[in-house]
Amino acid sequence: MNSGTQYDVAIIGAGLSGLAAGIRLAHFGKRVCIFERHNAAGGLNSFYSLGGRKFDVGLHAVTNYVPAGVKGTPLGKILRQLRIDRDEFALCPQKGSRVAFGPGGERALRFSNDFALLESEVSAQFPGQADGFRRIAAYVRDTPLAGAGAGASARAFIRESFTDPLLEDMLLCPLMFYGSAREEDMDLGQFSIMFRALYLEGFARPLEGVRVMMRVLLEKYRQAGGERRMKCGVRSIVEREGRAAALVLDSGEEIQATHVLSCIGAAETDALMGRPRETARTLGYVETISVLDRAPEALGWGDDTIVFFNDSDRFDYKDPKGQVDLRSGIICFPNNFLYGKGRGLSEGLFRVTCLANYEAWAKLPEEVYRADKARHFAQIQASAMRFLPRLEPGALPAATVATDMFTPTTVEKYTGHFRGAIYGSPAKHPDGRTGLANVFLCGTDQGMLGIVGSMLSGISMANLHVLRAAQAA
Amino acid sequence: MTNDECKKAVLDIIADIAPDEDLSNVKPEVRLRDQLQLDSMDFLDIVMELRKRHGIEVPEADYIRLASLDSCAEYLTPKFNALAAKS
Repeated sequence: MNSGTQYDVAIIGAGLSGLAAGIRLAHFGKRVCIFERHNAAGGLNSFYSLGGRKFDVGLHAVTNYVPAGVKGTPLGKILRQLRIDRDEFALCPQKGSRVAFGPGGERALRFSNDFALLESEVSAQFPGQADGFRRIAAYVRDTPLAGAGAGASARAFIRESFTDPLLEDMLLCPLMFYGSAREEDMDLGQFSIMFRALYLEGFARPLEGVRVMMRVLLEKYRQAGGERRMKCGVRSIVEREGRAAALVLDSGEEIQATHVLSCIGAAETDALMGRPRETARTLGYVETISVLDRAPEALGWGDDTIVFFNDSDRFDYKDPKGQVDLRSGIICFPNNFLYGKGRGLSEGLFRVTCLANYEAWAKLPEEVYRADKARHFAQIQASAMRFLPRLEPGALPAATVATDMFTPTTVEKYTGHFRGAIYGSPAKHPDGRTGLANVFLCGTDQGMLGIVGSMLSGISMANLHVLRAAQAA
Repeated sequence: MTNDECKKAVLDIIADIAPDEDLSNVKPEVRLRDQLQLDSMDFLDIVMELRKRHGIEVPEADYIRLASLDSCAEYLTPKFNALAAKS
């Protein structure tokens, strides 16, 4: 076991955080290799091909979008740290989004990449709460990007400023849907990160989806001299005297590395160390995707980019008892970004995402699983359509040219994240430390979220545990 | 290497790590942080690029000496020259 290859840093998983970390480390002369079990990079933000079309896996929108010239934000930081020109990501801002509550979305708050819109919506519809809302925004603006307030309750914090539970839920709904691993409430630190990412900053998307960003990252990594081994998972981490002495690959081959960065999740990393921990309650999602023969706007659905909907008085963000919680969800129209004159997607896309219970989907016999998927597909779309302008009966099926759907088991199968958890475990590890002295986490369980957050996570863990440590030595 | 060449080497690094900053008018006596939007991540990068490009080591205790272009030149020029003399 010494003929094995020796790296300065081995990165487990080619998710966005692992790629970002890899770029930093390779750029500064470290011998780095990324080991990825899947055949495609991207982890929870990958893409796949089906019927000649390419679909984004997780991405509805890139959050943390700011226009050129706005400095000191997470997007600006990752561009600088990874030496990426912002034009390379080709981000196009959203048109506008909405939070819609009540049986048919009667209570709505519109928001866009201009924070003033949300401020005016809150002032107009919740006049008594406007000052409180501004206090919350000011708090988030003054909170460092890494997020303070870990462990505290976001709801308790909000209630110091608001008295209206409807506004509380309406503001929390998008933030929870786009990044809370905790049920019912949010960690205040996460709240702050997400409030900034969604409301103070905003949504954008490259015309061709997440693969544009992936291509940029992979090319930077390659140019910097990073190695990558695909279809080459890590089976276990061999521990000796409190350190990772070697990594055993799926093939049985052993490799050595001075440092190990793992972007596969905390529980997943523990499992590689042979220290399985009790699986935390995590949140899963289902998503339906319909490809349309025309833009959603041409179908009569308007130009919303994202609609966060909930039909009840209160917003219940928790693991559903049944297979899917149809009461609330997210509608995404990838067509509705400002791609520029004459540019747009060649087909319409209608995506709906709802909370789903992992156990209720796992271990079903194949034919039951398929039947449940088909049944829920229709129910999920019907639920979402309550919050959109009404179409003629039969208009959606007539315009649909292809469909797809994923469940928590699909996510688990392709990403390796236990229980198909999109936002990881409720307990985060801000310093990235694990039980072993030279193994560090990056990615969702380190605590930053979204595409920009995950890259920032990889960058900061690489800086803190490898590059700064080397600098200080 | 002269002080001016040293300042240019530092500015070249800043231009690469912060291409969105306008460097045409940087005042050498004013702290970089006070005229450019540079945070601690960016300063770490300046230090790491000095090592990568020029083989110059700046221990963490000396980061403060990189505050302005003038102080960079004062601190780094002898290091550049010592390295040049060695090779």
